[in-house]
Formats: sequence, C-alpha cells, structure tokens
Amino acid sequence: MAVSITQSLIDGILMGGVYALAALGVSLIFGVMKITNFAHGALITVGMFISYLIFSTMGISPYVSLPVTVLLMFLLGYGIQRVTINPIINAPSHNQLLLTQGLSIVLENMLLVIFTANYKSMSLPGFDKAIKLGMISINKPKLIAFTLVVIASFAVYILLQKTDIGHAISATSVQREGAVLMGIKVDRINAIAFGIGVACAGVAGALLAPIQYISPTVGEGFQLKCFVIAVFGGLGNIWGAVVAGLIIGIVESLASLLLGGSWSEMVIYLIFILVLLFKPTGLFGKKTR
Amino acid sequence: MLVLEDVYVNYGTLQIIQGVSMKIEDGEMISLVGSNGAGKTTLLKTISGLKKPESGKILWDGEDISLLSPDKTVARGIVQVPEGRKLFPQMTVQENLELGSFLKEAKKKRKETLEYVYEMLPDLLKKAKMPAGSLSGGQQQMVAIGRGLMACPKVLIFDEPSIGLSPLLTDIMFDIIRKIKDSGTTVMLVEQNVQNALRMADRGYVLEQGRIAMEGKASELLENEELKKSYLGL
Repeated sequence: MAVSITQSLIDGILMGGVYALAALGVSLIFGVMKITNFAHGALITVGMFISYLIFSTMGISPYVSLPVTVLLMFLLGYGIQRVTINPIINAPSHNQLLLTQGLSIVLENMLLVIFTANYKSMSLPGFDKAIKLGMISINKPKLIAFTLVVIASFAVYILLQKTDIGHAISATSVQREGAVLMGIKVDRINAIAFGIGVACAGVAGALLAPIQYISPTVGEGFQLKCFVIAVFGGLGNIWGAVVAGLIIGIVESLASLLLGGSWSEMVIYLIFILVLLFKPTGLFGKKTR
Repeated sequence: MLVLEDVYVNYGTLQIIQGVSMKIEDGEMISLVGSNGAGKTTLLKTISGLKKPESGKILWDGEDISLLSPDKTVARGIVQVPEGRKLFPQMTVQENLELGSFLKEAKKKRKETLEYVYEMLPDLLKKAKMPAGSLSGGQQQMVAIGRGLMACPKVLIFDEPSIGLSPLLTDIMFDIIRKIKDSGTTVMLVEQNVQNALRMADRGYVLEQGRIAMEGKASELLENEELKKSYLGL
C-alpha cells in the first residue's frame, strides 16, 4: 500500500505540475485583464496539435519543438487578444464569458476540420519505458514534462519579477490608471499578458501530447480543471495557481487510487465547491472586497 | 509652454469643463485651486490624455496634444503625480520608481535619474526594497513624486498631493515641490489647500464649476477679498 501511495503521489505531482502551468496562464490573464479565459482548454489542445503536427511531419519531438510552440502560441494569444478580447475588455463579465467560450468552440471546430475527430497519439521512441526506482516506476514523458514545467514557470517568474515588461504587467493588474499615467500602453500590456498566458497553455499542451491521446475536444477536461485550480489558488494569484495545481494533481491521483478512477474528477469538483463555500478568494486569497 | 485654449470636457452628457483657457510658461509654477467637484481632476485627465476634450485645444510648445494617448503625452514630458498616489503596492519602492521611467527616453537615463531622486528624497533610499504598500501615507506620496520625477518631466503636475497628510508632512512635501521647481521643472499644482498652494506658486487659477473664475499673480489672488471669503474662510 505504501508503495502504491508513493507511486500515486509521484504521478500526482508530475501531472499537477502540468496543470499548474496551464492554470498559471488562466490566473495571469485574469489578474491583468479580469477576464476568465474559457478558451484556455482549447488553446491547450492547439498546443498539442502544433506539437503533433511538427512531430508527424518532421519527426521532431515535442520537447525539441517546444520553443517554436511557445512562440506560435504567444503570437496566437497576442493576436486573439488584440482582435477579440480587447474590444470587450470593459464589457460585463457575462459577455466576456460568452466571447471566450465562443472562441473555444471556434478553435475546437477548426481543429476538427483540419485534423478530424480521430484520436491520435504520439509514441516517442525511447520514451515508452518507465524509469524504475525500486518498486516505484516513473513515466519518462511525465518526468520530462514536469522538469520543463518547472523551467517554464521559473521563466515566467523571471519575466514578471525582473523585467520592465513584467513589472508593467504586474503594475497594470493592480493599478491600471497609475500604469497608464506612467506611459504604459495598457492595451499592449494586456495583449502581451494574454500571449504569455496562452503560451503557458501551449507548453502544457505540448508536454501533454506524448502523455495522452490527442483529439480536438480533449481540452475541455483541462479547461475546467484549470479554472478550478486558478480559483483554488486565488484568481489572479499566479503562484497560488502553481501550488493549487500541484495539490489538485496529487488529490486527483490519490483519489483515483483510493476511491477508484471515476471518483477522481468528482473529488476535484467537490473541493472546488468547498472552496467556493468557505474560502471563495482561494487558498492564498485575501479577504473578499 | 503648455497652453489650454477654450477646453470643454464632457462626462457622458454632463459638461464638466466649460471653456477653460490657461497658460503655463516654462519654469513657472502655477496653482490650480478650487473646491471638490470643480473639475480639477477632469481637467488633469484631459491634459494627460486619459480623456479627450469635446472641443478646444491643448498645445505643448505649439503642438496640439489634445488627442494624444497618455503614453505619448508622458513621452513629451507632461507627467502626473496622481491623486491618491496610485502606486503599485505589492512592488518595492525602487520598482515603483523604475516604472516611472518605463518609456524609452527616460529609461536611458534611469540610473542617473534614480540617483537624483534618492538625493532629493533620501528617505526613499532606506525603504528602497520595501513594498510600496507597506509605507505610511506621507512616504507613499514621496514615492509617487519620485516616480513622477523618474519620467524626466518637463511639466510635473501634482493632483492634490496634500490629501490625507498631516500639516507637518504637507509642509515637507510642499518644500520638495518647491525644490523640484527650483531645479527648473515646470510645476502645476492642483490643490484644495488654497492658501498653501497659492503661497508657493507664481500664478494661480481658481476653477469653479468647470470655469476659470479668477486668475492672476498668486500673491494678488491671496489678497483678493472674494477668494478670501469663499476659500480661506476669512
């Protein structure tokens, strides 16, 4: 039992890392623009398909093509923000919800048209064997995914904490007018922040591609999970999202071990409901306004 | 030279600024005073490009800047120290200051300007690594002033800098504003604290219900019976 719990903990942490990065994107976007991106799941799928396309046409592994995915996803996010989000940036939140949900449907259906609904999978030569540590086995793609997620999160941290653009993003998220008066172009900062958030989704997608099957609608499950994690960590608090992501990963994994696979999702949403009931500002959220 | 020519500004259908004309010479310090709701903040927002005038012109050295976006206005050296400070509370004092020099030209001079700001506001140096939100009101006001200076302003506009400050701190802050003026920066001081503001300024404008009700030499305005009665309670 101890072995299987340890095993499940490790699996949970590794997957939780990927969730964390994806949810970090949701939280970053919310923090800056006060918009919940319900297209995030679909964008994770887009990241998967970019990796898949590069892999299936050129045989390049998603780990190697990751910088390309990041760049493409950033540009996609930047463009989406400029064209669709920016015009409704001050609209009531239900309209924004409809817009991002609509984006999600458009993206999914575009993928359906291009790639059909057939499930695809990626088998990377040399990555199918697990690493054995005594009784514990560690899935290689998951381990690599986790490592790269740590690096990517660290990169986001450096970007936000140590660069002018990052400071401008944080400044805009807490004090929009103050930022404007310092000559910061809020529209541009919003688009950059959205681009970074979408790039996070793209990285998560690329890293998930070798782990699980790929289909145009596979992002829906992640969408809800990202949202739960972002709320759990305190919407807008990106480091809260990272911690919450790890927790949700572990909970999911332990629940499926101890209660059975069909329970794991339920436990996650049960946590979500409890959080909303008792601490709606999330794990690290301050008191409600 | 900053010139406002018959500027009208609306909020929705409400006409807040109704034909304001002003002139601020280089190196001058003017005070714009008026009670709450007179339209002072709206006028400043219009100068900064946060609001567009309905009609009229704002000229900076002859160039019409009335329709420029805020970043372009800042780039021309017209910088605001906003009411309520509007700092970035979770960021350190130094990071707040550095964001003042976000734009290209100011960024080039960031190191020198930072030294200058710390020299002018030595208290900030001790607090450089602290989150701006943890500072007292007076210190936060200094950060806001420092942040404005970091933009290398040609005109620095102060919106109600004395609000919420004790009389002692208000004096200290006005001293700093005077120093900034003496260093050659044009200053526009917007205040409800009429007496203090006019004492420091070269010239003054009194804004009432969106119109300039009085203007002239600050020393003369201070002697004006009408102004004394309505604003100084004398």
